[in-house]
Amino acid sequence: MIPLEYLLTLSAILFALSVAGIFLNRKNVLLLLMCIELLLLAANFNFIAFSRYLGQLDGQIFVFFVLTVAAAESAIGLAIVVVLFRDRRTINVEQLNRLEG
Amino acid sequence: MLPLILFYVFATILVGAAVGVISSRNPVYSALYLVLCFVTSAAIWMLMEAEFLALVLVLVYVGAVMVLFLFVVMMLDIDLEQLRAGFTRFAWLGWIIAAVVVVEIAGVVVTHRLGIDVLRAAAPLPANYSNTTQLGTLLYTHYVYPFEIAAMLLLVAIVTAIALTLRHHRPGLKVQDVARQVAVRASERVRIVQMETEERE
Repeated sequence: MIPLEYLLTLSAILFALSVAGIFLNRKNVLLLLMCIELLLLAANFNFIAFSRYLGQLDGQIFVFFVLTVAAAESAIGLAIVVVLFRDRRTINVEQLNRLEG
Repeated sequence: MLPLILFYVFATILVGAAVGVISSRNPVYSALYLVLCFVTSAAIWMLMEAEFLALVLVLVYVGAVMVLFLFVVMMLDIDLEQLRAGFTRFAWLGWIIAAVVVVEIAGVVVTHRLGIDVLRAAAPLPANYSNTTQLGTLLYTHYVYPFEIAAMLLLVAIVTAIALTLRHHRPGLKVQDVARQVAVRASERVRIVQMETEERE
């Protein structure tokens, strides 16, 4: 059996890489969405590891719901990106300042 | 011993693919690296005896979500040079934060004092154990209301995605005019009719 520390450290590395990715690709909305998917995957690793080690399946149920929400989020996010690109011909985050925020 | 070797192999591939996702020049390559991430994650979940979720990850993520991503990436005609400009300007900040996160979480993990006695549990499951059956039993009894809420959420997501991307150029298409709906007054919709009351027979 894989030790719990290894799993948690792998999940931490994955989480950190996706956080770094959000900083690196801060202009491209598509890559930001992909990095968010990676973040959620890293979180799911923790849920599954603890669910296995505690002998309770509730963590896996939670992963199920996280997958549902992540799928809905990416579908709506990509729809917004498509509408945005149709309107502005760019997906550069720095040029999305029409609201003057 | 074999699971541990497999874990190392898959973990190495996973971390390499994650680096590929965040540093590729082309978003198409990023999406393909993300597919690799999900597949290797599914393998590791398999090693952790979460078979149902591993299969769901491959079916739902690789089969649906990543295909959607690839579809959108290839459909949009993105000016990559402009998006790549200043790519490494905040890279140092990103790497510092990443290193801090790794050190913090690893520091918590290696102390062996998680508050709960989990590190020596995890007896191997019996041969006739069915992860899917157990998960289904729990999902349709104890978690049935969250399950229905998740179903409604997916329905709302479908409707939203279609409503956002639908084009209204086709003649004769029946669509709502939101401005007219908002501007309507009660006097245009409701007609008060005065009638004589009838005698009771």
